[in-house]
Amino acid sequence: MAAQGRIVWVSGPAVRADGMSEAKMYETVTVGNAKLIGEVIRLTGDVAFIQVYESTSGLKPGEPVIGTGNPLSVLLGPGIIGQLYDGIQRPLRELSKASGSFIGRGITTTPVDMTKKYHFVPTVSVGDEVTGGDILGTVKETDLIDHSIMIPPDHPSRKISNIVSEGDYNLETEIATTEKDGQTTSLKMYHRWPVRKPRPIKSRYDPIVPLITGQRVIDTFFPIAKGGTASIPGAFGTGKTVTLHQIAKWADAQVVVYIGCGERGNEMTEVLVEFPLLKDPRSGKPLMDRTVLVANTSNMPVAAREASIYTGVTIAEYYRDMGMDVVLVADSTSRWAEALREMSGRLEEMPAEEGYPSYLASRLAEFYERAGRVRTIGSPDRDGSVTLIGAVSPSGGDFTEPVTTHTMRFIKTFWALDAKLAYSRHYPSINWMNSYSGYLADIAKWWEANVRKDWLSVRSEAYGILQREDTLKEIVRLLGPEALPDEEKLILEVARMIKIGFLQQNSFDDVDTFCSPEKQFKLMKLLVDFYNRGQQAIKEGATISDIRAMPIIGSVLKARMDVKDNEIPKLDQIDNDMQEQFKKIVGVKVTN
Amino acid sequence: MTLEGGVQYSKIAEIKGPLVVVDDVDNAAFDELVEIETSQGEKRLGKVLEVGNGKAIVQVFEGTTGLSIAGTKAKFLGKVMEMPVSKAVLGRVFDGLGRPKDGLPDPIADKFVDINGEPMNPEQREYPKDFIQTGISVIDGLMTLVRGQKLPIFSGSGMSHNLLAAQIARQASVVGKQDDFAVVFAAIGVQYSEAEYFRRSLEESGALKRSVLFLNTADDPAIERIITPRVALTVAEYLAFDLGMHVLVIMTDMTNYCEALREISAAREEVPGRKGYPGYLYTDLSTIYERAGKLRGRKGSVTQVPILSMPSDDITHPIPDLTGYITEGQIVIGRDLFRQGIYPPINILMSLSRLMKDGIGEGSTRADHSEVANQVYDAYSRAQEVRALAGIVGKSGLTEIDLKYMDVGDVFEKEFLTQAIDENRTIEETLGILWKIVSKLPKNEITKIKDKYIDQYYKEE
Repeated sequence: MAAQGRIVWVSGPAVRADGMSEAKMYETVTVGNAKLIGEVIRLTGDVAFIQVYESTSGLKPGEPVIGTGNPLSVLLGPGIIGQLYDGIQRPLRELSKASGSFIGRGITTTPVDMTKKYHFVPTVSVGDEVTGGDILGTVKETDLIDHSIMIPPDHPSRKISNIVSEGDYNLETEIATTEKDGQTTSLKMYHRWPVRKPRPIKSRYDPIVPLITGQRVIDTFFPIAKGGTASIPGAFGTGKTVTLHQIAKWADAQVVVYIGCGERGNEMTEVLVEFPLLKDPRSGKPLMDRTVLVANTSNMPVAAREASIYTGVTIAEYYRDMGMDVVLVADSTSRWAEALREMSGRLEEMPAEEGYPSYLASRLAEFYERAGRVRTIGSPDRDGSVTLIGAVSPSGGDFTEPVTTHTMRFIKTFWALDAKLAYSRHYPSINWMNSYSGYLADIAKWWEANVRKDWLSVRSEAYGILQREDTLKEIVRLLGPEALPDEEKLILEVARMIKIGFLQQNSFDDVDTFCSPEKQFKLMKLLVDFYNRGQQAIKEGATISDIRAMPIIGSVLKARMDVKDNEIPKLDQIDNDMQEQFKKIVGVKVTN
Repeated sequence: MTLEGGVQYSKIAEIKGPLVVVDDVDNAAFDELVEIETSQGEKRLGKVLEVGNGKAIVQVFEGTTGLSIAGTKAKFLGKVMEMPVSKAVLGRVFDGLGRPKDGLPDPIADKFVDINGEPMNPEQREYPKDFIQTGISVIDGLMTLVRGQKLPIFSGSGMSHNLLAAQIARQASVVGKQDDFAVVFAAIGVQYSEAEYFRRSLEESGALKRSVLFLNTADDPAIERIITPRVALTVAEYLAFDLGMHVLVIMTDMTNYCEALREISAAREEVPGRKGYPGYLYTDLSTIYERAGKLRGRKGSVTQVPILSMPSDDITHPIPDLTGYITEGQIVIGRDLFRQGIYPPINILMSLSRLMKDGIGEGSTRADHSEVANQVYDAYSRAQEVRALAGIVGKSGLTEIDLKYMDVGDVFEKEFLTQAIDENRTIEETLGILWKIVSKLPKNEITKIKDKYIDQYYKEE
């Protein structure tokens, strides 16, 4: 029986209700006459503590609270792709039909259009033995997504007693029934799954395949694997959002789930305006055809912000279960942690560091553990992955604050954004000395097999130049650049070229916004060759001024913008010209 | 919103700081407006922060000075706080709670609107991209403001942020458009002279009759400051989305707002976040800043230029920090430049406009705008490094190219940044000076501009 209680206390998003002895932890309830949606987060005697996902303005003690009997769940089925949801999977487009430009309260909608017909092609027949996770058939969800209709993961092993023939059906149509010992279950094209419970899998693989993002500093220097985890912390203005948008646009995944968790409304609008116009570089179809947005902006109710992360990751797992590579981007996990802190404060729990609850670390761990490259349950056999990328907004840009430090324990790739780089308009402002990737060794094998055999050694050379520059900078700061010998001046010069010609990437330039693995390697090779030839030239008598005056430098630095992905041979031409010019400056010295 | 129930008198159990705890309450709602009446019959306004178990915690906007346990009465008004709005608010002056302060009667209301507003549906927002020409080179050229943006000024005590904000208010226009515009000004705990400066500045430019002023000066009740930005934005939203006007909202000083919020949080004995500010400061500020924007299918826009003073000029202080995470960029006033007597003393390296990329370029400013701005940012950043180096090793330790960058830094500050307080430059003039700066560099150093623009605009001296 569903719980039926009354409100006894209201403070912001927190409500206490008595008469709730029937309520279960994390059950969803409707609160007050306005039927606001809430979730039970603590039970004491018959008093339930409820976090309310909508504004509680005007709520009074004495109003009813009614349990739904179900935990907070999302609806999983065709129609999710291309949607913009709030934190509890209410489609914002539908909400605007009900309440106009501003978000009203107590509105009930379905997450997807239940009446829209999809062309269903069955892949099982009557009499087949099936179990949770098995594919019943497929529908075309968008141009990019072949959506597998799966039996809910918790469905027991049974025989198909009925299945519809190929044809157009909507979500409410019974497409199959299963039967065992006279018990039949009806299956539709959708099912629900509780957001706080990870969907089951068969087994995990090591993440060894890179997620190619087309961003040089990420793919070449601090790569992330499919099924891996990454965190991107940075003070405001360091370009977190632009970097995350870039990943959402260009990552080689089949589905992207983008969660705007407590961030700006206009950023979600930007995605909504831009993504339908952008073409996926691999398929040529609009990016929106593979994207799901979950937006709980900063001024929307704080409790739904807490839920938005779980809503997003559950949707990501659902598409993973079809055998797809899914990338989930969460901007920003700090705002999610703040939502936890706010509810914890209202529950009067004992605070740990900076007022955050003591379970902050375990919640972060649970979230990041939902990443992985897996063998899914059910037949036929499928492999899929969920890659989790979380932004962190450390207060004051201080990486020692609790959310950053705890996150670092549970992720393997760390992209540290640097305010100093951002101030000098070096974007993406990923600091190459403080960032790291735990996947490098595994991913190097992929690059060596698919791009070039000597990838790792060239990368190490390039990175070595940056490291040496970092030490030399100290000396320059004390003595000035003129105090260095020419060999070391060359290091500074080439490090500068690597920064401008390779690490920096202009997201708003049509060519530079995405850089193929092949082009990444060739650009890096040009710079490393420039360095080695330069050192050789100095040995043979050239000076640093001769090298600085070489016109080829301009071509090398602008190659990232000038050379399109389908014009890679142009880079070989630049290489040839470079060799010629080096010959010239050395030659001049010899004839003198 | 109207609530059932409504009127009720109750007894006072406790008075602490700005809060009053009312007993024997059986029909109050969260957020409900409350009228507190002192034993002398003076009436003050407040709102319910927490209600339950027969008690209501009420925050009194005008402060609790002079209230007594025995003689005070609380009347629950059965509605949340509302602001009467109509076209007649233009040209008027209100206090921090939205009551007339100019001796005139209440404006006749077209409707009453909940001052908390409702969050804009992100799906219904229109992405802002109309370039606003402020006539101030450094803003137009390097941190362009667009309609519907929220772009704060981060300043410090005693610096010229007010001059700058007033100049923006006077000069802001969209090139080639004759639209209805309005200015909403909210003074939040600032000195009388600062508020008066704005009023006069609007009056002299003839904009006063298109302005609405909300004044909570330093000697007005501190808790009232929680309400001031909200009534101002409620009026701004009405002018923008009901009447189709383009509204520029200037709010100064947001630091005072945050301090009022901290005072209430402390009185409620909440677990504090950083520097004693409540853990929900970010969320609370977002309910103010996120009210900027444009909406699909509606004509007007709300553009916000909030001003805040950074305590000890510290940009990592929670107030500027959390503001920067919400707003779409920031204009940072630099103490060094201010000391040198430069106006406007904007530190461009720390400043940023996130929406600039969509507001500039072909069709709004000029195709080369983005690239030349990037190059100047890069060059000025190099110039700063070189200057720091020159301070240690002297000019003799610098390379020839380093010296060129020093020159760039000087030209930038003297000819581009520096501008008279009544000087209104067109975007063409602004871009012209940017190219003059870039032209100080040899072509090999210009790495962020495409050759076709270099060929067109680069002029070696």
